[in-house]
Amino acid sequence: MSSTLVGSSVAGDPGSLQRTKPRYGEKVIKGILVMAAGVSVLTTFGIVLSILIPSIEFFSEVPIQDFLFGTEWTPLFADGEFGVVPLVTGTLVITGIAIVIAIPFGLGAAVYLSEFASPRVRKTVKPTLEVLAGIPTVVFGFFALEFLTQVVLVKIWPDIDIFNALSAGLIMGVMIIPTIASLSEDAMSAVPSGMRDGSYALGSSKRQTAMFVVIPAALSGIVAAFVLGISRAIGETMIVTIAAGLQPNLSFNPLEGMQTMTSYIAAAGSGDLSTGSIEYKSIFAVGLLLFIITFFMNTISIGLVRKFRQVYQ
Amino acid sequence: MSTAEFNTLTSLEGELMSQRETAEIEMAARDISVWFGKRKVLEGVNIDFPKRSVTALIGPSGCGKSTFIRTLNRLHELIPGAALAGQVLYEGSDIYSRDVDPVQIRLKVGMVFQKPNPFPSMTIRGNVLSGLKLSGMKRDNHDDIVEKTLRSAGLWNEVKDRLNAAAGDLSGGQQQRLVIARALAVQPHVLLMDEPCSALDPASTLKIEETIRELSKEMTIIIVTHNMQQAVRVSDSTAFFLAAENEPGHVVEQGATTEIFGNPQDQRTLDYVNGRFG
Repeated sequence: MSSTLVGSSVAGDPGSLQRTKPRYGEKVIKGILVMAAGVSVLTTFGIVLSILIPSIEFFSEVPIQDFLFGTEWTPLFADGEFGVVPLVTGTLVITGIAIVIAIPFGLGAAVYLSEFASPRVRKTVKPTLEVLAGIPTVVFGFFALEFLTQVVLVKIWPDIDIFNALSAGLIMGVMIIPTIASLSEDAMSAVPSGMRDGSYALGSSKRQTAMFVVIPAALSGIVAAFVLGISRAIGETMIVTIAAGLQPNLSFNPLEGMQTMTSYIAAAGSGDLSTGSIEYKSIFAVGLLLFIITFFMNTISIGLVRKFRQVYQ
Repeated sequence: MSTAEFNTLTSLEGELMSQRETAEIEMAARDISVWFGKRKVLEGVNIDFPKRSVTALIGPSGCGKSTFIRTLNRLHELIPGAALAGQVLYEGSDIYSRDVDPVQIRLKVGMVFQKPNPFPSMTIRGNVLSGLKLSGMKRDNHDDIVEKTLRSAGLWNEVKDRLNAAAGDLSGGQQQRLVIARALAVQPHVLLMDEPCSALDPASTLKIEETIRELSKEMTIIIVTHNMQQAVRVSDSTAFFLAAENEPGHVVEQGATTEIFGNPQDQRTLDYVNGRFG
């Protein structure tokens, strides 16, 4: 670009300021980039459509209120019931346990790393924590089933089910700690150091500075981290499929086995249901509900992030 | 009155006078040297800060003025790898001695920074009162404190109708006066100001200078500034810092502001205050 300009000024011809060669390369690159963006958008549309169509067919056979408010989920029985409530409560119980573990530990780890740890400790601990996020969830699942349930939890509650919500929830909590810790730590580290100086100069301790100044200033990022962690917990499949059992169970007792929306989809989808049957379509109906819940969570998260966003000069 | 009695009285008076004179020094730096890691950035700084006076710290960038001012309320020690030798005396005792709580020092020695740093998650009112809240200080009639400190900082008239607005909505100059009010709310005896006007327009700068003059009737003020005119306008005494290349900074000359600017003894001071370098 500049070479044309320099050349033209040397030649002393003002007319040659115009482009001499069409830039094909630029057009090709732009095309590749548009395609890259398009693939993800098209895939999303494709997924929504492929969930929506069988779901609509499903709801033409099962009334929507029976689906949403029914308390029996027995799709594989001869005269099956399609009440999704047990799957939803299963999801909520396990996600709830996971959040109770992940939020305090994740936020605690973030506060420690961002406000208390020396730079050397932070440089070692943060990547280590992030490695935890890279462990395949199937490994977490077997750890929950083989170790946590059968070695630890049976000693505390001898009559605990082998497949139970508690071990799946606890391990899922551990799994999302790094997500919450890492994103919250990013948000807190982004708070300008002048804010901390101002707080220390007013005679506050590190703990007070973290609680009253840094966390409120980083709240939008922290809330986003929480919601992302919760979304991951709701959508997590492998741990619950392995460790929480596959029995739909309308119960709030975490010592019992439960099925979640995701583990139903995984189990039924890998089974031998005939395409087009009502049982087959139920997979998509559950998928649609899951999609709506996650979509709703993400919308809330975006709203909260906007609400709490602080603008720094 | 007998002669003997008179003599005792006069000697008592003399004693009182000399006591008052020593007590007039509120803060003092004694042979302060500072390192960041292995690098020495400040060497052998000795300055006295008389009570209820304004002392300006001037000098080119990178000569250790800001580093020095942060040693006076122990903010310095929060920087990883920072080390210090020497003493900082507050009312005669070393603030770095083992039994001194840095929190107590920072309540007595307030600070205002180069960039306005109000807490964005709090309201204007909340910012003013944040020092009381953070330090757990119990004081009644918060409304009075808010009004009094905002008046001292010269901001009251501009914000009195929107005390519950977010602090982030104020302009830069207003934010800087807000953080001055915030610093005043805990009733410090000394106020450190690290280039408080460098991010502000001339009108806001003048307002803050008025505030400084007004505050100096009640407290000791130490201000770092790059603005020569500002040093002349607001300060009673001035210390000129300088660092030769790859050498730690030190104080070249200090004294009454009129002397430093009108009749400097050192050639480098003369060059600097006349804008010939820096």
